[in-house]
Amino acid sequence: MKPVWFEAAIVINPGTLVRLGAIGAVMLSVAAAFAYTGGALSPLRLTQDRMMAAFQDANGSHAGFRRNHAKGVCVTGWFEASGQAAAFSKAAVFKSGRVPVVGRFALAGGMPFQADAPATVRSMALRFLPPGGEEWRTGMNNIPVFPVNSARGFYEQLLASSPDPATGKPDPTRMRAFLAAHPETVRALALIKKRQVTSGFANSSFNSLNTFRFVDAAGASVPVRWSVVPVQPFAADSAEGSAEGDKNYLFDDLIAQIAQHPQQWRLIVTIGQADDPTNDATLPWPEGRRHIDAGTVTIDHASSEDSGRCTAVNYDPLVLPPGIEPSDDPLLSARSAVYARSFTLRAEEEHEKPPSAVTTREVQAGGKL
Amino acid sequence: MTTQARFPAASRLLHWLMAPMILAMLFIGVGMAVSVSARYDLLVSIHRPLGFAIFVLCIIRIVNRFIHPPPELPDTVPSMQRYAAKASHIVLYALMFIMPLVGWGMLSAARYPIVLYGPLRLPPILPHDLTLYARLRDLHTDLAYLFFATFLAHFAAALYHGLVRRDGVFDSMASWQRSSIGILRTVPASMQDSTYIAEPNADRYQADR
Repeated sequence: MKPVWFEAAIVINPGTLVRLGAIGAVMLSVAAAFAYTGGALSPLRLTQDRMMAAFQDANGSHAGFRRNHAKGVCVTGWFEASGQAAAFSKAAVFKSGRVPVVGRFALAGGMPFQADAPATVRSMALRFLPPGGEEWRTGMNNIPVFPVNSARGFYEQLLASSPDPATGKPDPTRMRAFLAAHPETVRALALIKKRQVTSGFANSSFNSLNTFRFVDAAGASVPVRWSVVPVQPFAADSAEGSAEGDKNYLFDDLIAQIAQHPQQWRLIVTIGQADDPTNDATLPWPEGRRHIDAGTVTIDHASSEDSGRCTAVNYDPLVLPPGIEPSDDPLLSARSAVYARSFTLRAEEEHEKPPSAVTTREVQAGGKL
Repeated sequence: MTTQARFPAASRLLHWLMAPMILAMLFIGVGMAVSVSARYDLLVSIHRPLGFAIFVLCIIRIVNRFIHPPPELPDTVPSMQRYAAKASHIVLYALMFIMPLVGWGMLSAARYPIVLYGPLRLPPILPHDLTLYARLRDLHTDLAYLFFATFLAHFAAALYHGLVRRDGVFDSMASWQRSSIGILRTVPASMQDSTYIAEPNADRYQADR
């Protein structure tokens, strides 16, 4: 053991001071690199937390709910694969046979108690659980293309549509400025506006919007998009339910229809060609692409989110089985990241979550209360 | 001149194999937890198998430590520093073991498929439970910051031994030379006289004993 003065002598030695300084500089550099990687030194970088803050600005704070597509119901059923998609993808889910499905129907937007309305974007999310542990999750919307093609675009659109604190309403000049900077959104919104809105969830088509890749057993890959197309006949939206003041009319109709008869959709896979856009979800694919009928989704049971099996599931679009891969669409990574953050936040808030808009009692009453 | 015993080759190999893996893991982790960029998916798909590899190597390393105990620190190291060294190594081993388990557990509680590569998956080790997921997810972040802080302390202490104390502790892990004399302790003959006395080194400690 050395006396204290000896230790002190080491420290006050000029050469030692330089060396200690060098060690300090190395430590500072490593810590700064770590802070930079974690976004702490770049306040303008678009991060998961900034995206969450934008959702809160747009929709208010709703503890325990998904940050987007907050209002929904859980459903279960099965997928009966035709076997036709197995030539393009080695995924077990496409081999002919029956696979259980846990799904969720929802309305776009972060307001869990918003009134159902025809123009609100509808979504269907599915979790396929084939034997052997491969899993496929997909979230689809009833619009033909997505309004934005990047995480930054999504964020700016969210900010532009957020209510102005002074008026409580979105500022039209901000939306005009956003659209002026995003011609791809203007083109996409024109296509979205032209879509035929149906009378309910059960006769809506839902589209993957993003491009993925199917990989076959030999390793060959093709770009794909998919849709679920209703077997139920088309009927135009009459908005009768909303006129009668039923805030949940779309969900109530769906619950009643499922209780009456299982509802079915065909899973149609569109096979893209080499020059079809894969990295831009605002662009539709040209007509005349090959369509594969991969099988039928049957939904025979609905339940409230308060007791349903979809509630603890994050419908992350990058939960994919071998045989389905992400494309170069940057939105896929962004969706995966943002969904994961939203999932973590609502898991943390689980104990403060109020009952959902569509309650267990409402579902048990067959959708009419 | 005292010769500080070196770590056995197996221990040095495990240390230098895992050090860049763990450092990469910490940076990937802190980056992917904020990212919404196109890199997010890649980072996550590296994070999972890398974490599992660290877990497996950590078990091997613990077994190795029992077979090949590390050399004692030189007597010249003050008792407070000895205590800090011991404590920080316990923390590092505990984190190497617990961090991957917490990650595996939290993905299990969230029922994410735990894909390592292609069809290679890990089974869930905990029930599907949102609240449990939230607790483990927060713990994973807290432990990551503790891990990074402990790594910094470990790195600073190593450099302090190598550059300031020059007591052979740094070389006991860092040197790959056959002899026990490390690069940092090899000084030109011209410096091994009075001009060098100002630098405390193992010889000085020896002389003072």
